Amino acid sequence: MPQGVLAIGLGHYLTVSAILLVLGVFGIFINRKNIIIILMSVELILLAVNLNLVAFSSALNDLTGQIFAMFILTVAAAEAAIGLAILVTYFRNRGSIEVEDVNLMKG
Amino acid sequence: MIPSVFFYLFSAVLLASATAVVTSRNAVHSVLFLILAFLNAAGLFVLAGAEFLAMILVIVYVGAVAVLFLFVVMMLDVDRVQSREGFQRYAPVGGAVGVVLFGELAAVLFGWQVSPGADALRQNPIPADMFNTHAIGQVLYTDYVLLFQLAGLVLLVAMIGAIVLTHRVRLGTRRQNITQQQTREVADTLELLQVPLGASMQQTGTYRPKPALEPAGAPADTHHAAPHDAGEH
Repeated sequence: MPQGVLAIGLGHYLTVSAILLVLGVFGIFINRKNIIIILMSVELILLAVNLNLVAFSSALNDLTGQIFAMFILTVAAAEAAIGLAILVTYFRNRGSIEVEDVNLMKG
Repeated sequence: MIPSVFFYLFSAVLLASATAVVTSRNAVHSVLFLILAFLNAAGLFVLAGAEFLAMILVIVYVGAVAVLFLFVVMMLDVDRVQSREGFQRYAPVGGAVGVVLFGELAAVLFGWQVSPGADALRQNPIPADMFNTHAIGQVLYTDYVLLFQLAGLVLLVAMIGAIVLTHRVRLGTRRQNITQQQTREVADTLELLQVPLGASMQQTGTYRPKPALEPAGAPADTHHAAPHDAGEH
């Protein structure tokens, strides 16, 4: 009896991962008034990537994908911390977290 | 059979809660659905045989990142009603981009195949006779020890950066200044006066104690410079 991903099928995992990634991208587009939810969408996208890496790691019987997913997890945690810190500072200065308001530098 | 049932269960809840994350009206609900999504993703990891990563996902994401999100959402007082404006405006373009992206991913999904030489390119074949955590540890602390340390450095930089970004000096609060306490001299606070015998307040004048040394930046008010400051340390 096959173990891991092979018992279910790699394609199933990849499909779930693709739908999750698309949901994350969709979330970035529709939440223009709330940067916190955009950060959450970025977390969803990174989760989709991790799911992909773990599925391939299991299907190809290679541990490297899981190591890679762990480093992605680390970077995602750091990104969330820094992003939320910037958000808090921005909210203190401007009193709003809308995407349209982020044009102070007129870039 | 049973793995498939659990796979479909975890996947359905994962995708439903991910949809709820991006479409929820209340940001707090979004965070809670994000926690649910991560828990179900951990279930999928377990099904794929990556138990260690699943537990790390639960600990790091549900225990730390999601709580951090919840903390920030509750700290920032965002107007809830106003934050849903623009949904109608941006939903079409978001949906179009999503459909295009998913079409491309589906094209890849149905078109790819494993290269015949892929087996020879495996760097760390999963050993059959040990647990997942054991196998990861054997690889992580030997071949990838430099990357492991660099990941720790990334976390350190993130921690320092978050503290530096959100730290602010509050005016008007009185902090303990140890250097100032230790370098304090008797002459700074205590003054000996030669008072003539029997002299009243009219002759000597009202005597005010010296103001306490204020740390730089704090507002200088003489109100707190009461005489009991002298014997405080």
